[in-house]
Amino acid sequence: MIAMSEIANPTAAGAAARTPRDAVAAVVDPELRVVTIEDLGILREVREDPGTGRVTVTITPTYTGCPAMDVIRADIRAALAAVGRTDVEIVTAISPPWTTDWITEAGRAKLAEAGISPPGPARRTGPVPLTLTVRCPHCGSAETEEVSRFGSTACKALWRCRSCQEPFEHVKAL
Amino acid sequence: MNHTADLTEYLLRLGDDALVAAQRVSEWIASAPEMEEDMALANIALDQLGAARLLLSYAGELMTEAGQAPPAAGDGPVTEDTLAYLRDDREFRNCLLVELPNGDFAVTMAKMLFFSAYQRLLYERLANSTDERLAGIASKACKEAAYHLDHSAQWTIRLGDGTEESHRRMQAAVDEIWPYTHELFLADELTGRLAEAGVAVDPAALREAWLATVEPVLTEATLQRPADGWRPAGGRTGLHTEHLSYLLGEMQVLHRAHPGASW
Repeated sequence: MIAMSEIANPTAAGAAARTPRDAVAAVVDPELRVVTIEDLGILREVREDPGTGRVTVTITPTYTGCPAMDVIRADIRAALAAVGRTDVEIVTAISPPWTTDWITEAGRAKLAEAGISPPGPARRTGPVPLTLTVRCPHCGSAETEEVSRFGSTACKALWRCRSCQEPFEHVKAL
Repeated sequence: MNHTADLTEYLLRLGDDALVAAQRVSEWIASAPEMEEDMALANIALDQLGAARLLLSYAGELMTEAGQAPPAAGDGPVTEDTLAYLRDDREFRNCLLVELPNGDFAVTMAKMLFFSAYQRLLYERLANSTDERLAGIASKACKEAAYHLDHSAQWTIRLGDGTEESHRRMQAAVDEIWPYTHELFLADELTGRLAEAGVAVDPAALREAWLATVEPVLTEATLQRPADGWRPAGGRTGLHTEHLSYLLGEMQVLHRAHPGASW
């Protein structure tokens, strides 16, 4: 719930109530608009220097070539500026590499609700495992089939439900 | 021999492999056999480009510190863009396989099968490199290469074990590309020094595991594994096929016509 005072003056109320961490954690993924970068595990750390007040944000890309990273960086700066923080450094860490196991339970629930089937557990080594069942996020049926391993973004595959005939996207385990 | 110079050269080999592969694969976008494949190839090209950017940025930083820039680059710092856009073909260190034309779809899949099987094994081992930054890039890229391998293996099997015509074309593609795979496993003094330091992987040591990856795919696809014969090479020392110049011409034209252009 949003308090009336925040609606009346969102910037001032937000600036008082929200920490830099809260502000950054609320940044929405530009390609999966239903989840935040925290839900996806892209946000690794928000650190404040108590002396200078500088905020250092560490993020990690889902895939090395993910074109959303530039937008995410800009959105983080904008979110911090909205709570009055402009001395910001954004560090991109690629190690340890991102895995779909870092997607939070809340994130998985939000994906499923939006009709995007969340990933199963990631493998550690070896070849890409056979996915046993991907449930249709629309009707829950296990009668589904992969249409293409690669979807509209690097992190998703295209699937189709044989029960309700609806196509859907599946975040592939990585 | 100077360790930094060795590492720089090694990063250029890895980065140029990924960059040229990305540029070549991206030529398929909007021309692939089906729309899903357009998206798949775009994704794969993007993965390669992502790894290329990390590797070439690292090489560029080392070159800037060492005060060495490509001749066309002028005085400023060496960046991923300087390296991608302002070097000529003789300065590129990629293997010949990635610069070869796409050919028909079977040739593209044969190239991807052989190359991604190599990259996955290479990155898997480089994830343990004593150079932490390189190890980080490799452990990230390794996961992506596994998907490229899986994709190209599925197509190889589907085409090889498909119709008479698809089988004929897939076999012709495998035969055409096979000779170029030998260069991937060529060791030289540079890889010897870096492997000894725990930074690089001895390329020759990868071939056995590579064969164990690709041979079962060829068998399942009812394809003949070609005999080892002709072994074209030269990419690691800048001696390329004529195809690279055309690829670079297209990749570099905008930047060279409008230096520093951005959007």
